[in-house]
Amino acid sequence: MSPFLSPAIIDDFIQAVYFIAALLFIIGLKRMSSPKGAKTGIVWAGVGMLIAGLITFLWPGMHNYTLIIVAIFIGGVAAWWSGRRVPMTAMPQMVALYNGMGGGAAAAIAAEELIREQTLTLAPVSLAVIGGIIGAVSFSGSLIAFAKLQGIINKSLRYRIQQVVNSLVLLITVALGIWIIVLHGTAPMYVVIAFFALALLFGILVTLPIGGADMPVVISLYNAATGLAVAFEGFVIGNAAMIIAGMVVGAAGTLLTQLMAKAMNRSIANVLFSNFGETATGSAADIAGSLKPIDAGDAGVMMAYANKVIIVPGYGMAVAQAQHKVWELTQLLQNRGVTVKFAIHPVAGRMPGHMNVLLAEAGVPYDLISDLEDINPEFATADVALIIGANDVVNPDARNKPDSPIYGMPILNADKARNTIVIKRGQGRGFSGVENSLFYMDNTRMLYGDGQAAVTQLIQSIKATE
Amino acid sequence: MIDGFIALYIFMLAAFTGYEVISRVPVILHTPLMSGSNFVHGIVLVGTMVALGNAQNLGEQVIGFIGVLLAAGNVVGGYVSTERMLSMFKTSEKKKPESRA
Repeated sequence: MSPFLSPAIIDDFIQAVYFIAALLFIIGLKRMSSPKGAKTGIVWAGVGMLIAGLITFLWPGMHNYTLIIVAIFIGGVAAWWSGRRVPMTAMPQMVALYNGMGGGAAAAIAAEELIREQTLTLAPVSLAVIGGIIGAVSFSGSLIAFAKLQGIINKSLRYRIQQVVNSLVLLITVALGIWIIVLHGTAPMYVVIAFFALALLFGILVTLPIGGADMPVVISLYNAATGLAVAFEGFVIGNAAMIIAGMVVGAAGTLLTQLMAKAMNRSIANVLFSNFGETATGSAADIAGSLKPIDAGDAGVMMAYANKVIIVPGYGMAVAQAQHKVWELTQLLQNRGVTVKFAIHPVAGRMPGHMNVLLAEAGVPYDLISDLEDINPEFATADVALIIGANDVVNPDARNKPDSPIYGMPILNADKARNTIVIKRGQGRGFSGVENSLFYMDNTRMLYGDGQAAVTQLIQSIKATE
Repeated sequence: MIDGFIALYIFMLAAFTGYEVISRVPVILHTPLMSGSNFVHGIVLVGTMVALGNAQNLGEQVIGFIGVLLAAGNVVGGYVSTERMLSMFKTSEKKKPESRA
């Protein structure tokens, strides 16, 4: 081998490429945090990933190249195929799935290091164990989150001594982890297997009781967790790119999770360990007023002659695939000189910003879409607030009724608009199971029906006024 | 190659970087960004490649293989979903002449 290609030079070269990859990841994420640069941001990060992946084939002393290529091919093609064909409404669970895979991969590195016959020093063995737990929990937990959002698991499993059982499983897992650390990674094989099995079990147990409404927070939390696991395993195997990228994602994901939990006025611990939705029932008896239906003809006229309409979309709109019709309705109103805005609650949809993506898919430009803080003062000047498929996020009880389970959650003040039209499939409650007093207010009218059909009728009735 | 305290500094600085990068992001981009950061931790792929590359016996090969497979899914799935979401965003500049017509 010529001196130019000595192992030391190859190693320097690999490290240099990893450095560039880490830089590209950070630049990519930075670009992704503004609408203008977002599209190129993912490309920057993608280039970083590509060069880091390719250069790793030069890593000295490796074998099993065929296995590596086969595994990349199978995993890559399966993810490509699934990622291309899922509808946008299903994106949150796909993100959960891909994220879980990353967590599982980090746990696999930990497992590899811990079953190998070697004595590790304290720092690497500790981080291998901690990263192993986090990665394994993120893996099994994300799979459960995926199964729940996909509708494979419908029930939220809850039983009385659940917290005790979960704590016990976690405690034993941690104890086994400490055992492995104390023995510097030379613990018997069955201890390592039990350790990972229990960590996986804990991920399942802790995610099963969490309701669908809380899934965005959970997915975001597991995303951050996988980042941390990757960073820790990066330390174990001495890979700076993994440390930096994992840590950046860990910190960013933690911040995102906090933002989301804050938007629901709940702590992350509360999301994970409370049985929200189980006991939360308000009764209609406490609410003054009645549900007043309206037909699409009257509702359409009301909107056609309004100066300003604010549309509040919720996940129900996406389920009914009504976003394209909503955009058609918006354009129709705009052509009549009506100001139309969209008000998005931070936790609308299944992930923060999910609703924005769904509206963007339908062609709604993002400058028509406003956040909670920006739009709330504007409701007072709106003639019509059109609520489509949203429920808890417009419930004024969150402001007014201290004994309501959702009290304190920031909401969109749709009740302040001069008129409120609620498009709703039936008289059911929202995700939280709480009765919505907005629906009973004097200036609220209920337009019953499937979201897409109702908006189509609205469009027809507005056209009829021309 | 990366020893104790140097690693600690890297951990700290990277954490602040992540926090800073995200702190000024509009809500509209939260989902694509979560998906994008999901893609970035797919870098775990290089770690699993090295792990499988150094696997000595069947047990290690199986774990390593699963690791690479999962990591590749993370990378490709993360990229595809992020790219699909971001390709949908546009401003109303195109819309304005249309609405006057």
